[in-house]
Amino acid sequence: MSENFWLTMVLTFKLAVVTTVILLFIGIPLAYFLSTTKSRFKPIIETIVSMPLVLPPTVLGFYLLVAFSPENAFGRFMQETLGFRLTFTFEGLVLGSVLFSLPFMVHPIQSGLQNLPKTLTEAAQMLGKSKLTILFKVLLPNIKPSLLTGTVITFAHTVGEFGVVLMIGGNIPGVTRVASIAIYDEVEALNYDIANQYALILFAITFTILLIVYLVNRKFLQKM
Amino acid sequence: MIEVSIKKELLSVDGKLKLSIDMNLEDGEFVALFGESGAGKTTILRMIAGLEVPDSGRIVVNEEVWFDSQKKINLIPSKRKIGFVFQDYALFPNMTVKENLTFALQKGDDPEIIDELIETVGLKELINRYPSQLSGGQQQRVAMTRALVRRPNILLLDEPLSALDHTMRHKLQDELAKIHKQFNLTTILVSHDPSEIFRLCNRVYQLESGVVKKEGSPSEIFVKEKISGSFKFVGEVLAIESCKPVYLLTVAVGTQIVKIMATESEREGLHIGSRIQIVSKAFHPMIFKIDSN
Repeated sequence: MSENFWLTMVLTFKLAVVTTVILLFIGIPLAYFLSTTKSRFKPIIETIVSMPLVLPPTVLGFYLLVAFSPENAFGRFMQETLGFRLTFTFEGLVLGSVLFSLPFMVHPIQSGLQNLPKTLTEAAQMLGKSKLTILFKVLLPNIKPSLLTGTVITFAHTVGEFGVVLMIGGNIPGVTRVASIAIYDEVEALNYDIANQYALILFAITFTILLIVYLVNRKFLQKM
Repeated sequence: MIEVSIKKELLSVDGKLKLSIDMNLEDGEFVALFGESGAGKTTILRMIAGLEVPDSGRIVVNEEVWFDSQKKINLIPSKRKIGFVFQDYALFPNMTVKENLTFALQKGDDPEIIDELIETVGLKELINRYPSQLSGGQQQRVAMTRALVRRPNILLLDEPLSALDHTMRHKLQDELAKIHKQFNLTTILVSHDPSEIFRLCNRVYQLESGVVKKEGSPSEIFVKEKISGSFKFVGEVLAIESCKPVYLLTVAVGTQIVKIMATESEREGLHIGSRIQIVSKAFHPMIFKIDSN
């Protein structure tokens, strides 16, 4: 297997890990907010979070590309003032993946929180606990399966993402070329055996990850 | 001393319900809120706890204002020193019994109280179990104990025994009475079970569609005329048979089912499910000793 192959695989998983970690930090507060808020704006926020589920990835990719292009005011500002270039860079890929995988992290956690009896929060309040303590000591430990599902699906989905990545990242080996794009590229060049290597590894890894999730969740549910 | 004077408009199944209640509790009282479901009992408890906000009124506990709509004071629930026992117990499934209790400690509290309470309530063998490994009665006792850890000013009990069977209920009623005596805690119990209220409470507020209809001691509320030198039981009619010229009633009294005779006039107005009071003169009872000590 060539050096390029490993470079691509490492990049693919690096992107997935970084995206998942960032999304844990964004997803938990956002899901907590959505599960508790009575705000009028809740449906709007929920819609925005869910958009990537139905929108073709290329649409999001296209707008990100346009917004971050140095040709435009916002992109120019980012590049000249903050020194951030988001098109055709790894940072850009991360941003695109974070936006695109947002619902996969938020939805399981939100529904996990909503399914917990309200009295758990109320009982903890009656014991004089702050909201933060309640979230970390009572709520999150009781939705471990949802947290695991959100983390793993986000990870797997980022590994498999194609459209957004292609639009905003392009196909630069070692920088923005991830496995799903490499497969497409190799097939176009009629290199079926290399495409097969990528495909097989993605297939095996994804299968293993999901299998572990289901096994762990089953064990957890038995304990409850 | 607890003063509650609150109003709130609720949306219930039968339309709008205007809740309006004035209560004054002395220290150490054991008071019941009694009434049909939907009369607003639980909402009153939740408003005292701060889990729901009244439209107007005042709640003052030991001269500390918890809620005052005019002065715009509304203490958040976690700042009110309350022990609350929920109908579903609300034990934290991720914690063992011991952890559930320790979680209730505040910063700077002496953890010794946990061991004391475990001793008092007799939870010693259960401390390492998770709530899912406990029976309903055991869960109830843990919930009760957890509510006491914070040494609250008031204990609020929202139908804490309604999910248990008769025997367990009786046992835990005794335990509740014991705890109340030991800690001298002002307690408010939501219940629709007159026998429970009889056993535990010194005062009853009877609610009907959101307002207090009657207030008094349990016997004033539940017994119309006072009879002395007699046994009184509250029971529920299960069956009515006609054995001319009298009737035979099958009645559930506590855990027992008894058959009693009723005259035509006594039977009048009774139907299956009616709650009745059975009074028997006590001048010639039969007494049997049942245990050896």
